[in-house]
Amino acid sequence: MRRAAAPDAPVTAELEHAAERAARWRGFRLALPSFAYLIVLFAIPLILVGVYSFASRSRTGAPELSDWNLDSVSKLVDSTVLAIAWRSTWLALLTTVVCLLVAYPFAYYIATRSPRIRNLLLVFVMIPFWSNFLVRTYAWKVLLGADGLFTKVGEALGIWGQLLFTLPAVLIGLVYGFLPFMVLPLYAAIERLDWSLVEAARDLYASGWKAFRKVTLPLSRPGIIAGSILVFIPALGAYVTPDILGGAKTVLLGNHIVNQFLAARNWPLGSAVSMAIMIVMLFATVLYFRTQARTL
Amino acid sequence: MSERSTTTRLLDRWLAGHSTLVFLFFYAPLVVLVVFSFNDSRFVNRWEGFTFDWYRAIPQDAALMNAVKNSLIIALVSTIVSTVLGTMAALALERYRRWLGKRTFDALLYLPVIIPDVTMAVMLLIFFTQLNQSLGITTIILSHIAFNISFVAIVVRARLANLDPLLEEAAADLYAGRWQAFRRVTLPLILPGVLGGALLALTLSLDDVVITSFVQGPGSTPLAVEVFARIKRGVTPIINAISTLMLVASMMLVLGSLVIQRRQSGSTVGG
Amino acid sequence: MVDRRAAVALTAVTKRFGEVVAVDSVDLEIRDGEFFSLLGPSGCGKTTTLRMIAGLEVPTEGSVSIFGEEMGLLPPNRRPVNTVFQNYALFPHMSVAENVAFGLKMKRVAAGEIGERVAGAIDLVQLTGMDDRRPSQLSGGQQQRVALARALVNRPKVLLLDEPLGALDLKLRQAMQLELKDLQERVGITFIYVTHDQEEALTMSDRIGVMNEGRLLQIGGPEHIYEQPANRFVAEFIGETNFIDGVVSAEGEVALADGSVVRAHTRSGVGSKVTLTLRPEKIHLHPDGAPIEEPNRLRGVVKRRMYYGDSLYYEIDLGVAVIDARQENAPGVQRFEAGERVIATFDPGASEALTE
Repeated sequence: MRRAAAPDAPVTAELEHAAERAARWRGFRLALPSFAYLIVLFAIPLILVGVYSFASRSRTGAPELSDWNLDSVSKLVDSTVLAIAWRSTWLALLTTVVCLLVAYPFAYYIATRSPRIRNLLLVFVMIPFWSNFLVRTYAWKVLLGADGLFTKVGEALGIWGQLLFTLPAVLIGLVYGFLPFMVLPLYAAIERLDWSLVEAARDLYASGWKAFRKVTLPLSRPGIIAGSILVFIPALGAYVTPDILGGAKTVLLGNHIVNQFLAARNWPLGSAVSMAIMIVMLFATVLYFRTQARTL
Repeated sequence: MSERSTTTRLLDRWLAGHSTLVFLFFYAPLVVLVVFSFNDSRFVNRWEGFTFDWYRAIPQDAALMNAVKNSLIIALVSTIVSTVLGTMAALALERYRRWLGKRTFDALLYLPVIIPDVTMAVMLLIFFTQLNQSLGITTIILSHIAFNISFVAIVVRARLANLDPLLEEAAADLYAGRWQAFRRVTLPLILPGVLGGALLALTLSLDDVVITSFVQGPGSTPLAVEVFARIKRGVTPIINAISTLMLVASMMLVLGSLVIQRRQSGSTVGG
Repeated sequence: MVDRRAAVALTAVTKRFGEVVAVDSVDLEIRDGEFFSLLGPSGCGKTTTLRMIAGLEVPTEGSVSIFGEEMGLLPPNRRPVNTVFQNYALFPHMSVAENVAFGLKMKRVAAGEIGERVAGAIDLVQLTGMDDRRPSQLSGGQQQRVALARALVNRPKVLLLDEPLGALDLKLRQAMQLELKDLQERVGITFIYVTHDQEEALTMSDRIGVMNEGRLLQIGGPEHIYEQPANRFVAEFIGETNFIDGVVSAEGEVALADGSVVRAHTRSGVGSKVTLTLRPEKIHLHPDGAPIEEPNRLRGVVKRRMYYGDSLYYEIDLGVAVIDARQENAPGVQRFEAGERVIATFDPGASEALTE
């Protein structure tokens, strides 16, 4: 009902509701194209994956929808998958911790410079952030190979040899790839700190380290949590980095899933694992948002 | 020594040292990569002289050129569509208080951002297969739009949220119809956000490996997946050359976005 | 029933937001060419009422008509009114001239005419030469004038102003108040002005409508509202007032708790409980024991004396109540010390006996 066509009469509650309904309809109409798109190309595929998890595997590897079973889902808890999941989780956690330890002093330093220097340094952080992930991973493949510079340095120091196609290589690659994701939220949180609180703490605690531990660190917690989630979740599902730097020997969750579809041809299993990993991540994200709401 | 922190000079110097190392960590691998793209040798680790040969080899590599062409088409189409849809979604969420399914939509919009690549790749492959849809450029484009809508929406929403809603009311008070108010007041003011979202969508589309490799068909391989395949096969200087060019392209995008931000910062978003 | 010369007429206008009643059955007629203020504390519904006149808000019930035309659900861009918003709402990406020209462009006025009228409006608000500046380059006061020019250039039948001076500092605000009043008289259109500042309303308005909790409590000229407040809220909100409880003993007479009888303006019947209003400046103080002929004599003790430069305030304990009395700091006016006994007198017409 168009407002302009409204009768020339005093407003009643019905007319007001009609006007409100018209406004609501306009909002819905505006969202409709993207809403419909996401339902068709996201929600439905998602449901399909869930459905496939319970299908059984035909000879070609494609799912047999007529034969339902819990085979694939039960495989989720068998030793192979669990071992892979454990390894992936461990690696993702390690990546997160390393990133945190490296990024915090770095972000702190940038956040405490003058505004002009700060912006300049940030641009230099953004450049690798925006550059192609593949390129950055490839750069390490070169460095970590048999003839790679990194390997040569390690051999000269007598500490390490060729790291390519081992877990440490994947760790280096993941840290390298995700470090900016940790730096940026940390920087944002530290930059927003009320420094008068830190000064007051210095005043009270005398020791700089204690002031840091009791005031700065807790206040930058939202940044720590945000950065950790931004690193942990993609690291858990990583595929490209483990594939390039870890090779066929290093199987993490991402690689395992891809294998089921491209190599092993066990679509139901691949679907089940994908669903599982997604549910875990969703859980972690919801948890994150809940803690955010409470710390605010 | 900054007045903002309360660290000692010693600590400050330690922080500076640490930060220098981190910057080195960021850039050294890339520098090595670029340097060896000019290496006159099959090997990527022993310097044997300067040459442009590898760069000259790129235009002659048919598969590579085809991949570049595919990437451009895919990125362009998916960016335009997802920017339009994402902006409309952002407007609907920020400017209209209640409508049917709003909360569901809001949640749905966040999922593509949270979901791991692999799961999304699996989802879409299954979906297209179930529909007997042949895989190719179209399926890639459709998949990229699927995740890019959310990213654009997030960026535009942030910008919209900072926009004083009274501005649109003032426009209406001054005889502007809904479309006119949008065109002359809202759109110019959210444009940096829209462009930022488009840039993000472009980058994500060009960078995507996992989802694309699942839903691609013969001949439709874009650049990122082609480079990925080659990297897995081995390390050669031509990959260094391609990588250097991709780095340059990314840097130009970053600088481009900075320029847009600088130009638009003249107009504030509030009353 | 509705006077066709009324610029704006509201009949039983109500606005509900879910459970909350923001505007409660307001009846109002604003005359052509008058400067009308809607006055009340924050949250009283005055801005919502203004927005319903502008069309930015749809009433839940009731009728809004402008010069006899029922507005109904007409959107704001089809109404012959313009608004000056509280934070000015200037378009940040347009220059001053482009801001002012906006409404004319939307109405497709010819380009030449736009140029002329915009220049005229900018001159009118004394911002000549600022055409090409951006809003971010202007001071608060200048932004305010741009907002005014942007509204007035369209020659609206009614101009709505939503607390336009709120963000300005005191001196500037006082100067702008005079300018606005001047402007209104020169341009001659109806101004509807929303404010929570009672001094502003008193100095600028032809008539004031006092609102609280969504209801319109009293309408009248500044003098009428000040001298004869309709109820306790209006009496308290405007200026300062003393309150003394009592009971109506006869028409025009109120008996106080200690038995003394005063003459005041009563409106209710004998026996009804009332509260007398008495403004501090209406009280005359005399030394205890002085011969007084006036009918209203109350005896009390000075508790405290406060010096305000241009005046002195005395806190006086009358036994039945403690009141404030204001005396001019002028030669010939007697001063009193704390502890002194005094007699307070006042004119019967200066006190209202309120029932609510």
